[in-house]
Amino acid sequence: MKTDAHEHHHQGTDLSDVALRVRTLESLLIDKGLVDPKALDLIIETYETMIGPHYGAKVVARSWVDPQFRELLLTDANAAVEQFNFTTIAGALPTRIVAVENTPKVHNVVVCTLCSCYPTQILGLPPTWYKSAAYRSRVVIDPRGVLKGFGLDLPDDVEIGVWDSNSDMRYLVVPERPAGTEGWNEERLASIVTRDSMVGVAKVTAP
Amino acid sequence: MNGVHDMGGMHGMGPIEREQDEPVFHEEWEGRVYALTRVLRLGPKWNVDMSRYTMEQLPPARYLASSYYERWLLGLEARLVASGVVSAEELADGRARPGGAKMPLMAVDEVRASLGPWRAPHPEVGVPPKFNAGDRVVACKINPVGHTRLPRYIRGRQGVIEHDLGVQRFPDTWVACQDPKPQHVYSVRFAAQELWGPDASPRDALYIDLWDDYLDPA
Repeated sequence: MKTDAHEHHHQGTDLSDVALRVRTLESLLIDKGLVDPKALDLIIETYETMIGPHYGAKVVARSWVDPQFRELLLTDANAAVEQFNFTTIAGALPTRIVAVENTPKVHNVVVCTLCSCYPTQILGLPPTWYKSAAYRSRVVIDPRGVLKGFGLDLPDDVEIGVWDSNSDMRYLVVPERPAGTEGWNEERLASIVTRDSMVGVAKVTAP
Repeated sequence: MNGVHDMGGMHGMGPIEREQDEPVFHEEWEGRVYALTRVLRLGPKWNVDMSRYTMEQLPPARYLASSYYERWLLGLEARLVASGVVSAEELADGRARPGGAKMPLMAVDEVRASLGPWRAPHPEVGVPPKFNAGDRVVACKINPVGHTRLPRYIRGRQGVIEHDLGVQRFPDTWVACQDPKPQHVYSVRFAAQELWGPDASPRDALYIDLWDDYLDPA
């Protein structure tokens, strides 16, 4: 076990040592009666199987077909998102949601330069690139270069808004509805809304 | 504090590496660290700002060399020891000794009961705002050694209040649960050229949430 695990290296750190340390810590806390391992299992399972970007995709899809809902989403995202009754784990942080709208003239992209704040309640846990020093340091000073790296080459006359989420607000980008999806229902529209488009590093494209 | 975590605008951090079909947790231990952080209730002086501040105080070289969940683990270990729940000796060899600060256990039933439809928390009301949408403001030039959510690249810069986001606790004094100092937080718009100079796009903008105590009228 130890020999195998020693093969894995990530950012200069030996993962097997970390894995052992975590196991030691968990069993110490269980021995001291401070942790219920089944509680850990349930939290992990909930994030691995239940909470994810499919939540946010439903919100975006509804905003594409229902103008009244779109208005509510852009003025009071919390009330709009509450309508879906998405299952989450309550009580972690007092976070509220703000939705920002992409248009042909304005493109928004989200970051947390100080740590890794992310709208977890509707997108699940963030991808590694979002939490990386490379993304956090660069997207504020060179958003056009970063977006180009994601395959998004925006014309000079499009305004880019970068949202550094440093408070209890969590930002959801509402991407533009792509051409070629006329007449699609909400469910089909939701199926093409990607996580990256809701962070603002991609557009939604019709297949 | 002017730590390495405050990295907005830094150069040389390398390429942004993306991964197709990335799993939620890459290794089992990452999920355990995440969940441990969620269930441990380390007493009244521990809050999310203190969690962040603990990680901000990691030596810069260690911070940058560690993966995301390694930083969570280092922060968690530091908080457990600092709160007296676990001793450094216990952490070193994994053997429980008698004693140590007590802490309520979050059992699986409590987690199950907390699963439910997402509801937005309601912010405090009754605190008057100092600014209105459209006001020109300047971010304070401060360099506190403690925790702050005012990044360096914003300090001393001029912007415009975009929206009032309501009332939040003030991280700089709430960090060790000293004083919540509830106050208004605003989404403030800064022109990219105000932050980065003439080489930045004349169209682009940076929006960041700023508390009343971080702002002066411009």
